[in-house]
Amino acid sequence: MSGIALYSLAGILLIVSFIRDKQKTKKALMKAWKSFDNILPELLTVMATVGILLAVLDPKLISHLIGAESGWFGVIISAVVGAITLIPGFVAFPTAAMLLQNGAGYMQVAAFISTLMMVGIVTAPVEIKYFGKKFTLLRNISAFIFAFIVALIIGRVVAGI
Amino acid sequence: MMKQLKRFKYFGVVVLVVTALTLFNKALGFKAVSLTGSNLKEMLLTLPPVFILLGLLDIWVPREAMVKYMGDKSGMKGIVLSILLGSAAAGPLYGAFPIAAVFMKKGVRFSNIVIFLGAWSTTKIPMLLFESSSLGLRFAVTRLLIDIPGIIIIAYLISALMSKEEIETIYANAESL
Repeated sequence: MSGIALYSLAGILLIVSFIRDKQKTKKALMKAWKSFDNILPELLTVMATVGILLAVLDPKLISHLIGAESGWFGVIISAVVGAITLIPGFVAFPTAAMLLQNGAGYMQVAAFISTLMMVGIVTAPVEIKYFGKKFTLLRNISAFIFAFIVALIIGRVVAGI
Repeated sequence: MMKQLKRFKYFGVVVLVVTALTLFNKALGFKAVSLTGSNLKEMLLTLPPVFILLGLLDIWVPREAMVKYMGDKSGMKGIVLSILLGSAAAGPLYGAFPIAAVFMKKGVRFSNIVIFLGAWSTTKIPMLLFESSSLGLRFAVTRLLIDIPGIIIIAYLISALMSKEEIETIYANAESL
């Protein structure tokens, strides 16, 4: 759904740009292609690595390890698993809901969701290419720690622990 | 040609791993390939408009305008704008990196770029409804309320931990991308 909005926006702006200045539009498209081509090898590698990881990790095993009784140990496991894998939001939320139905706890799921979206070990090469090693390390580590704070608060508010 | 191939060397390694996995366990190998396929499909669906938009942004929006709204002296306005821009997007985090690079070229303040990345990664307004229907309204709203201050604190923390030279190197690198 948001894909359609994004395409429409890009399409409309592209037409407006083309009407106003053909040369500039051509230059913009060249720039768009150049930046896409630049990042393509890293993206392909990331996609395939995520594919392998998701095939190997069994959802049943995950929900067994991160049940509501697993406490902070379960939170740590969820955070670590979430940090390795990178799943887009529209898959992540139903996956998390499935984990909850299979007995995972709210705290654990909150940690999982947070690192899933904010920490990416597999995407690190792409991030390093843009921001360098130090920044990538700092951002991922602080997001990882932040996931525990989110887990703690969600645990209190939603599950009432 | 060699140079082109060399860029894809890590991808080649991963393809070899998948091939080995398939030989070792056919079902697992096929599952990995089909998951990669759906990942790629998602990437190919999200990224083209993102790159077109940032090509247009790069050509049409003058540096002065970006500096004014999101630069060093943009203050509160810059923070709010960075959160809104990041939250409005729905693509995966790696979609935000090229946009951040263009922001750097246009003189956007470093902490605002980190806020933008944080918002993009986790406060997804287009997905809020989706999140509440999967995990409950209470879960989604609580997460949003913790995430916004969290993102801003992380951004200022990272900015404080990076030296001026290191930040300048990242900005110079963005020029070449």
